Amino acid sequence: MIPDKVIEDTVVELLRLAVTKLPADVEAVLKRIFEEEKEPASRMQMKAILENLKLAEETSTPLCQDTGIHVFFVKLGAECGNIEQIIRKGVERATREVPLRPNAVHPVTRRNPGNNLGVHMPYIYYEPGGDGCLEITVMPKGAGSENMSQLAMLTPSAGEKGIKEFALNTILRAGSNPCPPIMIGMGIGGSADICMGLAKKALLRPIGSSNPDPDMARLEKELYGALNGIGIGPMGLGGRNTLLAFHIEHAFCHTASQPVAINIQCWAARKATARIHPDGEVEYLTHAVKGEKKGGR
Amino acid sequence: MAEVHLKLPASEEDVRKLRAGDIAYVTGLLFTARDEAHLRALEWNHEGKELPVKFTEGALYHCGPIMKKEGEGWKVVAAGPTTSSRMNSLEPQFLEKIGARLIIGKGGMNKGVGDAMKKFGAAYLAFTGGAAVLAAQRVRAVRGVHWLDLGMPEAVWVLDAEEFGPLTVGMDASGGSLFEEVAKQIEKNTVEARKRLGLS
Repeated sequence: MIPDKVIEDTVVELLRLAVTKLPADVEAVLKRIFEEEKEPASRMQMKAILENLKLAEETSTPLCQDTGIHVFFVKLGAECGNIEQIIRKGVERATREVPLRPNAVHPVTRRNPGNNLGVHMPYIYYEPGGDGCLEITVMPKGAGSENMSQLAMLTPSAGEKGIKEFALNTILRAGSNPCPPIMIGMGIGGSADICMGLAKKALLRPIGSSNPDPDMARLEKELYGALNGIGIGPMGLGGRNTLLAFHIEHAFCHTASQPVAINIQCWAARKATARIHPDGEVEYLTHAVKGEKKGGR
Repeated sequence: MAEVHLKLPASEEDVRKLRAGDIAYVTGLLFTARDEAHLRALEWNHEGKELPVKFTEGALYHCGPIMKKEGEGWKVVAAGPTTSSRMNSLEPQFLEKIGARLIIGKGGMNKGVGDAMKKFGAAYLAFTGGAAVLAAQRVRAVRGVHWLDLGMPEAVWVLDAEEFGPLTVGMDASGGSLFEEVAKQIEKNTVEARKRLGLS
């Protein structure tokens, strides 16, 4: 059984890595966009974004003050203790040590306990797989982009056109608010809850990857192609690029319904994944970690 | 397009000279205030209670920073702007009853706020969302904190900043708005996007 302490240290390290350094695929797209932007306003925004990334990495400081709420994706491929308790301990420690902003509040009284812990927070999705390892992904999700997310329970007669109309309208409505250039995670099908979950999962896919279903891959390409140049631009000040990527995940749905959901991700598309082997060896999949095997610092 | 360096508090005259699209850097006090601080400030104002800070002595900053306690004082870890449009419904009242000459945030604000800024002589300065370390580096000292019971992000932090920027004048005191100009371009592009998607 993997010792609790190894998992807890890994959770703290995953949170630190996620909030201080973007994965390489995201950084590469931001650099490409900077090169492509020609107007002074959009270039200035992209320049600030890239400078900020560099400073955050050098000083091991959260690159954005909104270190989000913490959504975990866990694959229980190896035996471990009470994973929820361990993750909660890790989040509480990371809040103090990194530090993270205490964002989790009671949804009605708005009381902030100050440690990012509350009912169902951090939230954990359990997934199959892991290849004999415990695999943990953390996605710190900021509110600026999350607040612009949408779900529509379309009727089947709305068809592909309805999906495209929904995508266009959601992006236009979000405008400058979610810190563009943004990544779009779209869920199509399932039920209302499954659909939004798929939209969130779509944000975890590496940039440049396609949905394996050719019809979905075509739709991703078409929507990205038509909407990236909509003109919102970096931080909504206009420009050539509005999107980092457009990803779709889908599930079969009831013959009488057509759910479609969009989860929006700001340019600070943060995530970090680690695999913990049964012998306690820790492997970071999204970030290069120097001289690091057992988790923690 | 001009580049201006403003000392805070900025005078109404200086603020009225700003034009949408100008680049600005500000030096002086920034008062952070998000949803909860806006609500409480308006509530206290309504009840005739004295507010702990005079927002007109610096700039109003839509920001919920990460702060770290160091000895008796505080240190800024990360302090980028938050989404300003959340304060759309509160800001006209805030400008009228409490007052602010400069609002710093991200994403811009609606026409109602634009009209109030024109009337009361205020401008909106956009900072790059998420550029929190860049912002923190321009803060030379933390002068205090109020209403910490609202939680770290929602409290009013008094930040002493030097050459805080680059900021883009997003909305000026004459009704000019960069966001409205961008919106016109988006409207044109939308026609093209709809064609490409087979929607019209």
